[in-house]
Amino acid sequence: MGILEVKGINKRFGGLQALGDVNLSVEENTVHAIIGPNGAGKSTLLNVLVGKLIPDSGSVMFDGQSVLGRKPHEINQMGISRVFQTPEIFTDLTVFENVMIPCFAKRDGAFRMHAIESIVSEKGIRAQAEEMLADVNMLEKRDMLTSSLSRGDKRRLEMAMCLVQDPKLLLLDEPTAGMARADTENTINLLKEIRTKRGITMAIIEHDMNVVFSLAERITVLAQGTPLVEDIPENIKGHPKVREAYLGEAQV
Amino acid sequence: MLGLEKKDFRLLLVVIGLTLFAPIILNPFPAGSEMAQFNAGYPDLMQRFVIFGIFAIGFNILFGLTGYLSFGHAAFLGVGSYSAVWMFKLLSMNVLPAIILSVIIAGLFSLLIGFISLRRSGIYFSILTLAFAQMSFALAYSVLTPITGGETGLQLALDDPRILGASQTASGNIPVPSLFGLEMRASYEMAVGAWSFTFNAGYYLAAIILVLAFYLAIRIFRSPFGMMLRAIKSNQTRMSYTGLNARPYTLAAFVISGMYAGLAGGLMASMDPLAGAERMQWTASGEVVLMTILGGAGTLIGPVLGAGMIKYFENIFSKINSQVLHEWFGFLPDGLEDFVVTLIYPFVGKGWHLTLGIVFMLVVIFLPGGLVQGGQKILATLRRKKTDDANPGATKPAE
Repeated sequence: MGILEVKGINKRFGGLQALGDVNLSVEENTVHAIIGPNGAGKSTLLNVLVGKLIPDSGSVMFDGQSVLGRKPHEINQMGISRVFQTPEIFTDLTVFENVMIPCFAKRDGAFRMHAIESIVSEKGIRAQAEEMLADVNMLEKRDMLTSSLSRGDKRRLEMAMCLVQDPKLLLLDEPTAGMARADTENTINLLKEIRTKRGITMAIIEHDMNVVFSLAERITVLAQGTPLVEDIPENIKGHPKVREAYLGEAQV
Repeated sequence: MLGLEKKDFRLLLVVIGLTLFAPIILNPFPAGSEMAQFNAGYPDLMQRFVIFGIFAIGFNILFGLTGYLSFGHAAFLGVGSYSAVWMFKLLSMNVLPAIILSVIIAGLFSLLIGFISLRRSGIYFSILTLAFAQMSFALAYSVLTPITGGETGLQLALDDPRILGASQTASGNIPVPSLFGLEMRASYEMAVGAWSFTFNAGYYLAAIILVLAFYLAIRIFRSPFGMMLRAIKSNQTRMSYTGLNARPYTLAAFVISGMYAGLAGGLMASMDPLAGAERMQWTASGEVVLMTILGGAGTLIGPVLGAGMIKYFENIFSKINSQVLHEWFGFLPDGLEDFVVTLIYPFVGKGWHLTLGIVFMLVVIFLPGGLVQGGQKILATLRRKKTDDANPGATKPAE
């Protein structure tokens, strides 16, 4: 039984069957990639997992509990963090504040009225945030406003904000989309490092085959809203069904 | 110091100093001189400065931190005023219970309105708050006349019960608001040469409360709660995907700012024990928005400066009439004098709104950070000059 169990998910948008009977099982302590051509339903699936969309039928169990009908912040509190296609960070705040906020969320839950205490006196939170920034090599940028960061640093920061919560599952939505080659390599290395250092379970939605094959330990191929195959990367590469689905899309 | 960082503590000291010496600072011109009409150091206006300062500080906690623009905050101020006057009518003329009740009632009222309005954000939130405030105004003006006094407003009467005080004084008058016997209108006049300064009890009560309100605002700004409010303004998507529920945070900020407004309303009634529906009108709500933006939204001191500036314009600039202008420009040849007066006249007196509008436009265009940003720019220029003067050799020629 995996940490994330998706069973028989269906989702229709008007006449379009976006997801048709999707089953997916993400095992603990693996990197599971979900790939597929454009319009395969990858993003819809992700939005179901984080509580942004409610499927027409089916079940999504995480760590023994259903996530359906829960709000995004509740799902995050269950232990699922999400990295976005374009980094979602707090742009008018400093790098350090950006990392402190998830620390507070982890410690104090979805809401706490700590209006009189000073941030300066929160020694534990500060130490935790500093350690995380050091881990991603951004400690010297701690007092910068995040709006002045480079794209690569923004991605790095968003990753740090997710990791500092020590999630049970990290969801990555095309983490290298639109990146230059060098940035892509950096992101792959960062993710590899996170994987070996922290042993975090990840589910990656990705277009770039280079990224998928250098990270994934298991791959699900989605086409037209239905899973085509699920296997280890070696078996996916030459799979005839996958070739067929991707024909004219990308070289596998 | 007091749980504040050095910089914030210094700012608090500045505010304490300014409020403490306001009767002197605001009266720079000798009484009876031609410039005396620019003196703002009389009790009525000084009280208004600090009361609207409190109002704007509270508004800034909502608007400056979370970015939620409420167009209905005057409703809470009005509710605070009514509560205070009712306390004067029923309990006693002591201002303390009146102010406490006005804060509580305004808090409850803002909880209700905030709970409904905060289901939407952006322009829809603003419209909802505006609608609620206008409904409150309409209720106070007509339907709820038994409670609010309707058009004439809520006033004290000789036959009010005042169970802990006297319905009327020994001489048969309505008693005046006081703090344990210290009358709010009590003043001490001090004459220094040609200058005269008025120290007023009501002003100092309001000033002490302003300092406390300002201190509390600094604590909120520097707290984890304050950081969460800024995070809401910055990125609500990331907020919810970080496991934080934005709704209770914004509601708490809304209620806190509503209570500040109620406090201001209660103080207003304490200085002058009557309350009218016009305090709740949308123009009054708009005024606090202007104050906050003019001074600098999201800054600590900005709203207080903005409130002071607008109230100064409203009370001092509006007093300059054509006769005063003719006196000023009397030295010019007759034709030219008339011409200059005609040119300036639309901008002063009843036209003070025009000048304020121009100032507001200039600030928004050139100083989006408000008067505070202007102050910072001036300070930065001065500092640069100073270092240049100190070591002229270090400055490099322009390349």
